[in-house]
Amino acid sequence: MAEIRNYTINFGPQHPAAHGVLRLVLELSGEVVERADPHIGLLHRGTEKLAETRTWVQSVPYMDRLDYVSMMCNEHAYCLAIERLIGVEVPERGQYIRVMFDEITRILNHLLAIGTHALDIGAMTMVLYTFREREDLMDAYEAVSGARMHAAYYRPGGVYRDLPDQMPQYEASKWKNAETVRQLNENRQGSLLDFLEDFTNRFPKYCDDYETLLTDNRIWKQRTVGIGVVTPEQAKAWGFTGAMLRGSGVAWDLRKKQPYEVYDRLDFDIPVGKEGDCYDRYLVRMEEMRQSNRIIKQCIDWLRKNPGPVITGNHKVAPPSREAMKSNMEELIHHFKLFSEGMHVPEGEVYAAIEHPKGEFGVYAVSDGANKPYRLKLRSPGFAHLAAMDAMAKGHLLADVVAIIGTMDIVFGDVDR
Amino acid sequence: MTTKIERLSALLGEHFGERAKSIVIDRGEVTLEVAADDYRSAAIELRDRAEFAFEQLVDVSGVDYSAWANREWTRERYAASTHLLSIANNWRLRLRAFAPDDGFPVLDSLCDVWPSANWFEREVFDLFGIMFSGHPDLRRILTDYGFVGHPFRKDFPVSGYVEMRYDPEQRRVVYQPVTIEPRENTPRVVREANYGDVGHG
Repeated sequence: MAEIRNYTINFGPQHPAAHGVLRLVLELSGEVVERADPHIGLLHRGTEKLAETRTWVQSVPYMDRLDYVSMMCNEHAYCLAIERLIGVEVPERGQYIRVMFDEITRILNHLLAIGTHALDIGAMTMVLYTFREREDLMDAYEAVSGARMHAAYYRPGGVYRDLPDQMPQYEASKWKNAETVRQLNENRQGSLLDFLEDFTNRFPKYCDDYETLLTDNRIWKQRTVGIGVVTPEQAKAWGFTGAMLRGSGVAWDLRKKQPYEVYDRLDFDIPVGKEGDCYDRYLVRMEEMRQSNRIIKQCIDWLRKNPGPVITGNHKVAPPSREAMKSNMEELIHHFKLFSEGMHVPEGEVYAAIEHPKGEFGVYAVSDGANKPYRLKLRSPGFAHLAAMDAMAKGHLLADVVAIIGTMDIVFGDVDR
Repeated sequence: MTTKIERLSALLGEHFGERAKSIVIDRGEVTLEVAADDYRSAAIELRDRAEFAFEQLVDVSGVDYSAWANREWTRERYAASTHLLSIANNWRLRLRAFAPDDGFPVLDSLCDVWPSANWFEREVFDLFGIMFSGHPDLRRILTDYGFVGHPFRKDFPVSGYVEMRYDPEQRRVVYQPVTIEPRENTPRVVREANYGDVGHG
């Protein structure tokens, strides 16, 4: 009889289904995974250490680069931590803008997660459609901050500036003729809010389209139903949060349970799964997108009616306006001190967590009263999820590992930091 | 919300009594500090007793206090701050323990209390060099294979000690001492307490 040996293979770090630079050492018995040992850190940039050498505000753009598919949510947690340490209030309009962009970010993230998950396990078309919608939302990012991805739009005390009254428009070029440009610009005639409102009206239809492509798709169900089943007890013990926890039937969402900003004033529902498999988590994400759409609509309505400041008037934290700076000695001093020495954050420590699209993103900030953080710990949801890779993949086939990576919604900027 | 936190802190005081080195309420958060010897037993009680019911370990963070406020730090240098979350009671707690020996800091591992501690403790070990006794697999996690040192300690330079480049003569990647100069654009300044009264514009 032939000798049967376990097979050890290397999956990644350069593998299209590894969602970045994940190296998985898999021990296989035939095609069944016996042990999975993820090796991470290939994208470790030491963000936390770098933040210790920068002033508090200078680290805001680093946050974008953590989870680089949900940029503004990372900034949000970081700004919340600083605001709680100082005890500064964000103006109401600033809070609504933040919530609106958090939900835009959630849709952006879930579109990418579902699109690439489907791509990984054989449904090629999904990603083409989801990236079409991502384009519109990234235009909203660009209109408000000038950058399509790494926005650095949230600042301690509010957001950098108010929403623009005009959407940027396409211009005719040798690739786009006048007629195409006219069509592209049709929903860009008004303000950013008009553009987003148009998007929120179109989006439920798009969600229906995705569901037609996947929800009852036989192949999709074969690949996801009953794969990577997590019981509620396991999900809690492994430190799962977000869709990974809700997929197992635990109704836990920080937006409802520990509301921050204005979430307690908005009307939305929390979807929960039943079986705790990849399919349920997909359904949870789908429904979360529809709920985010609802929240965005409510924010748009409120923002239309209520003009006001978007960043705190405390010039020890946020810079004064350019006009005030140029006409007023005191504001000039504030401006100079803010951009040279930076603000001083009182001694103390705080853990600020938000419901990030992937789960609970927390910022543990420790200040010793200096103009820089003493220690900044970023708690990323993906790190805890990937830690359970071994337990989740055990007993599954090699091809299911890809489905499990997809359902965890892993992004390496976030896991490695 | 405030009353809830006060209730938690009262419960903690009642239950842990002498073993709690300090219970601090600050900015809406509760911090419980215990001695390194009590760290694991406290964690088990926090998880199992229904009045606390901390089912989730959310985060473990190492902190190196040696450069605190640009002054000399007089007590133990390394601490592990563990963030716990109770889904049943909807509250959070920070559990902290200082590792007794600065030369060889050791704390008990919480891996068998909450499995999620596994990677978080590996990370703390990798970055701060705090050992966790009883950990099943204490390997480095974020730094490179064969990395020397613990980069998040305060005495480790931001630019590190070695850099990597491709050597065309040996036709392989080689390590060499760093060639970049460390620089500090904005110095770290600690002013007197309430400098500029930041909270009140």
